[in-house]
Amino acid sequence: MNFWKTDKRYIGICGTILGILFLAAGAAQGQLGVIWKKAVMICMECIGIG
Amino acid sequence: MKKIRLTVQILFTILTNGYTYGFLSGKIYKGGLKYVCVPGLNCYSCPGALASCPIGALQALLNQRDLRVPFGALGFLFLFGSVLGRFVCGWLCPFGLVQDLLYKIPLFRKRKTLPFHKYLKYGKYAVLLLLVCVGSMFLFTGFAKVPAFCKYLCPSGTLLGAIPLLSMNESLRAQLGGLFYWKFGVLLFIIILSVKNFRPFCQYLCPLGAVYGLFNKFSLVQIHWEKERCISCKACEKACPAALSVTEISRSPECIRCGKCIDACPTKCLHFSRRSSVEMPLMRRYERKG
Repeated sequence: MNFWKTDKRYIGICGTILGILFLAAGAAQGQLGVIWKKAVMICMECIGIG
Repeated sequence: MKKIRLTVQILFTILTNGYTYGFLSGKIYKGGLKYVCVPGLNCYSCPGALASCPIGALQALLNQRDLRVPFGALGFLFLFGSVLGRFVCGWLCPFGLVQDLLYKIPLFRKRKTLPFHKYLKYGKYAVLLLLVCVGSMFLFTGFAKVPAFCKYLCPSGTLLGAIPLLSMNESLRAQLGGLFYWKFGVLLFIIILSVKNFRPFCQYLCPLGAVYGLFNKFSLVQIHWEKERCISCKACEKACPAALSVTEISRSPECIRCGKCIDACPTKCLHFSRRSSVEMPLMRRYERKG
């Protein structure tokens, strides 16, 4: 337990690794493609029309 | 520090919104960079935007018919949050820059926070939960799910997306209705409030700030406080735009790491560090032994 109490940096590093793993999982499921599809069309909701 | 931060804010905004052709033609960028998200609240319908907005991306995934864990967007949020925390808000967010510039206008008597700050500051978590998460999963227009935060609240979309696009596209202008006037009203309200109060949208409504705030305690970039050198003059507390005490600086979810406390400290006991403040005395003990 002391390990976590004295050095919070390791939680940050674990969070970073988790982020990379999440990104890999998202890419594997084609989620980055979904984000791209949404981002390359004018978002009608964002501009207050849709 | 003040000038460095402003320069970084301006350069990052220009860099991430550098698709000049979009501003000239009234079209948006459709290239491969939009597979990735920028760290700040930057509408992907801004004609200059080169990458995606993390909150927009999260909502796009929650808007999918088959509900899955939105790993793609969570990955970006975890990555930026774990490394930088709310440093993103202070240094890399274009809408944060807009509010900073508005706060510099010498009008009204300046106030750091709104009345009932200790309750209102939880508003951003409510926006994250109700509009971004629940709203995007369960709110429908016809058969399609709605990105509720983008549709009803996001002022970044109105400022960076709607205004430039509508000013150049007559066909879009012809479709304007009540929703646009509501969003424009929200933007106007935030703009006026930002002249008097320090970053009201970031402090009370921004769902991205709420996410990054959760990472603030253990993100890799921290503001380190050397307690032994502190003379308790409270200069940092007076300088802090979020009205935080010296023990809360960096660790509080409200700290955007603007660095004003660092500039104000006469003994230089506050500085940016990759190490947490708890860790430093231990390091020194080892150094002495060595």
